Amino acid sequence: MAWNWQVFCRETTSGETVVGCFGRGGDETYLNWIVTAWGWTLFVALCALVVALVSGLIIGTIRTLPNSPWLVRLGNAWVELFRNIPLLVQIFLWYFVIPGIFPAMKGVPSVVLVIMALGLFTSARVAEQVRAGIQSLPRGQRYAGMALGLTTGQTYRFVLLPMALRIVIPPLTSESMNIVKNSSVAFAVSIAELTFFARQSGEETSAPVEMYLAATVLYAISAFAINRVMGVIEKRTRVPGFVAAGGMGGH
Amino acid sequence: MLGSLDLSFFSWDLLAPFVIKGFIFSIWLTVVATVGGIVFGTILALMRLSGVKLLEIPSAAYVNTMRSIPLVMVLLWFFLLIPFAIGRPIGAEMSAVITFIAFEAAYFSEIVRAGIQSIPRGQVNAGYALGMTYGQNMKLIILPQAFRNMLPVFLTQTIILFQDTSLVYAIGAYDMLKGFETAGKNLGRPIEAYLLAAVLYFFMCLALSKVVRAVQNRVQIIR
Repeated sequence: MAWNWQVFCRETTSGETVVGCFGRGGDETYLNWIVTAWGWTLFVALCALVVALVSGLIIGTIRTLPNSPWLVRLGNAWVELFRNIPLLVQIFLWYFVIPGIFPAMKGVPSVVLVIMALGLFTSARVAEQVRAGIQSLPRGQRYAGMALGLTTGQTYRFVLLPMALRIVIPPLTSESMNIVKNSSVAFAVSIAELTFFARQSGEETSAPVEMYLAATVLYAISAFAINRVMGVIEKRTRVPGFVAAGGMGGH
Repeated sequence: MLGSLDLSFFSWDLLAPFVIKGFIFSIWLTVVATVGGIVFGTILALMRLSGVKLLEIPSAAYVNTMRSIPLVMVLLWFFLLIPFAIGRPIGAEMSAVITFIAFEAAYFSEIVRAGIQSIPRGQVNAGYALGMTYGQNMKLIILPQAFRNMLPVFLTQTIILFQDTSLVYAIGAYDMLKGFETAGKNLGRPIEAYLLAAVLYFFMCLALSKVVRAVQNRVQIIR
């Protein structure tokens, strides 16, 4: 099979090859398009990551609260709800069903709906890990907080969460990488991200292998970049004397 | 607010012709991909743990490649490449089956690898001390225990797999979600159809995760 990388220099409308590969004056080439698509992938993934981390952190913490059985139940219900419906179906729920039921949501841009879908879908997984992280702490840490006269809120803020959050960074790294991969499902509601680009341009240019290959490589690069960033964060936040996640050496 | 929803429109008689075919395909795909994924995943894991570089490197490369690409892209790749390789088109459903087996094998292989590595080293040595060959050791000592330890994780992965089957949407295969979508379009109630699909997926996965929890407790008691 002969490679045809020149295909990226073609204009998307006329199909003519452009010198310099980047289109000028309003017309864009496939190279322009894939760069924009990569931008959408990263935008959707990073925004969803923020939604997932914030809501996952809150829900995960709620699920470990002592003496608040109803909040715990609410947290558990949240996790079951968002974990047991396929992502694609959740995207359809946000995109078709919610604006259908609440007319006020009709004006919301579809990318926001996709970010909510992907973010809340992932929040269930994050919540599960945050809960596990907090519960894996030695019981003594909570008691120590209480013995010092801290309120529950203070115990969480100053004792439990700073420890637990560092422990859960490795599983959160894989979730963050997953979110880049999962953002590919946004193609289903016509967000112009990498998968959407690959499908469309593959058909238009009759060079799907080149298009898929470029999109695939960009996915891999994006996930790897997130992996490295999380690696740096993990290193920076490591607790001295506490070896690694899972190896609970705290005495 | 909720006035626009009309679920009474749906009756089983109206839905069944659209949904049953897709439902059966989703379940079938899940079962075939789980079985195929475990078989090929075990082979990949054994290759990777064999200590033979010639087997180790391709297996590791395969697993890492599969795990770094979104499933939707893998579906598109196989949908494009399988007809090339075989020389004739095989349809979206068949190509979805092949893709899922190939894709899930990578994930199952990591589970199997972790499971095998969780068996204490002493047991392996005990097997060798009894004069067992590598194959006998694997078959009689390591794999039976490893699989029992892995059972809950296998089931969890199967739930994820079942959810992922909805992604065959990307290549236009007719699965459960597609069935609901078609029903919604034909009956003029797309919103309710998606809602029903979500409810059905939810209860099926919830039931499965309850099974996982029960199995987990069982396995824990045995050990």
